[in-house]
Amino acid sequence: MCGIVGLLVKKPELRRELGAWVSPMLDCMGSRGPDSAGLAVFAEAPSTDLLRYSLYDILAQDVWPTVLERWNANVDAAATLAAHGQQATLFSTTPSALGKDWLSNYFPHLHCFSVGHVIDLYKDIGHPRELIKKYRFAELAGTHAVGHTRMATESAVSPAHAHPFTSGEDFCLVHNGSLSNPHSIRRKLERRGIRFETDNDTEAACRFLEWRMSEGDSLEAAIHRGFAELDGFYTLLIGTATELVLVRDAFACKPAVAAETDDYVAISSEFQSLAHLPGIQQARVFEPAPEQIYRWHV
Amino acid sequence: MARLSPEVTALDTMPNSAATPGPTTLGEPTIDWDLSIRPVRELNQFLHDLAHNARPEMPHVRILHPNGRHNLAVGLQVPANIEILGHAGYFIAGMNQAAHITVDGNVGWSVAENMMSGIVRVKGCASECAGASAHGGLLVIEGDASSRCGISLKGGQIVVGGSVGHLSAFMAQAGTMVVCGDAGAALGDSLYEAVIYVRGSIHSLGADAREEPMQTDDLKTVADLLQRAAISADPQTFRRVASARQLYHWHAEAQY
Repeated sequence: MCGIVGLLVKKPELRRELGAWVSPMLDCMGSRGPDSAGLAVFAEAPSTDLLRYSLYDILAQDVWPTVLERWNANVDAAATLAAHGQQATLFSTTPSALGKDWLSNYFPHLHCFSVGHVIDLYKDIGHPRELIKKYRFAELAGTHAVGHTRMATESAVSPAHAHPFTSGEDFCLVHNGSLSNPHSIRRKLERRGIRFETDNDTEAACRFLEWRMSEGDSLEAAIHRGFAELDGFYTLLIGTATELVLVRDAFACKPAVAAETDDYVAISSEFQSLAHLPGIQQARVFEPAPEQIYRWHV
Repeated sequence: MARLSPEVTALDTMPNSAATPGPTTLGEPTIDWDLSIRPVRELNQFLHDLAHNARPEMPHVRILHPNGRHNLAVGLQVPANIEILGHAGYFIAGMNQAAHITVDGNVGWSVAENMMSGIVRVKGCASECAGASAHGGLLVIEGDASSRCGISLKGGQIVVGGSVGHLSAFMAQAGTMVVCGDAGAALGDSLYEAVIYVRGSIHSLGADAREEPMQTDDLKTVADLLQRAAISADPQTFRRVASARQLYHWHAEAQY
């Protein structure tokens, strides 16, 4: 199984509700994915060129003061860091490739879950309900969020193997389903110098799509390439800085339901995780069709 | 008034007043079951127990606040009127026998799967596998049904007011499916003896499914099912799809 959730808040005055609305969605989908979970939250576009690095300390050794001190000394003197236990967000103007390289060289036990101007990413093992409390998801604000609850079937249960997966900047993807050719996709991408962080099948899909876009494809063109090259079952929910994008494979045997009102667009694997949303009884509720690309803009 | 328990109260008032005791109408009372108060498992047990209480009239149960919950009114073997007021989840009215179950909303996967008899009506749309393996009874979906509607149908009857998705009636063995809208790809793939009637367009026929001319009996069947489904459409506008029976016996040159 696995559950996916997504929420895009249309009205600026409601963006403070994002975390409060999406948390019960994620909690409810714990029934489809109780072993680990994750949530990407996209903030409103900032006026600065600061990048946000979402970091996770596997060893839980309160490493953050040391990370910031050494980053300030060797990479970017102006960087700041906000720590919350094992998770931290580092704010720096350092280009992502450079920053990620430096982190993996000097702090190899740290995961860099995401980099971007607007994305923050939290993922961990445990029931989604525990993550909601641990990372205070209900307090998060932003334009849109992409979440996942995992019931692992093909690779290990670890924070890094949890979804969302990211690639590049401000790009994330969650997946319900399974791919049958992730290894051939991975080999193809690795020959082009693209590095993987886990052996998870979804990471292959994520890096494939982001690679196509880095080669000049639009997201839509990249997804059409994905229809041809990704073999398996999938409902994919993609978050970019400005969009939520939903696609299902041709067989569409992994579920998805969408509900739209004047205030929001909400997506989930099952309607029951949307039932608490305000105005849901009047929402336009529909099931996305196979191989159709659904895009909602912030 | 019939009081079944402190939380299950006979009412003839509006659904949202479930927690308030109220007077009953004459005859069999309406029983409101509020799923925001009492869980699905107790509901299904209560509905099963209706069979043990001899009643002169069909019991009428309204299920409030379904909120997409799964497995509502499953495995009933009693002639009861059940109304689910709102969107419901997976496996609604599964294995139904004798009950009349109406959903005033959408349903998730596999509504009325393995139905044996009775009537299940969905006023909204249904997700995948509606009526899967139904042996008998009538399933009416007033809106659209998604993919694999009527998969492995074994004698049940399905009327869809809107369209059906891909691979509908896949390996359907017996029974009838009437589609007032369009049919998705691979309709009736590997069909046995079930018959499909479609009014709108057919994206593509599945292996061994073929269109056949409508005969007098077909018109009568469609008219009868539309009438029972309370859906208005002209039987003359439907086309018949049935098995070419070429897959019944293996042969080496098969192109499928």
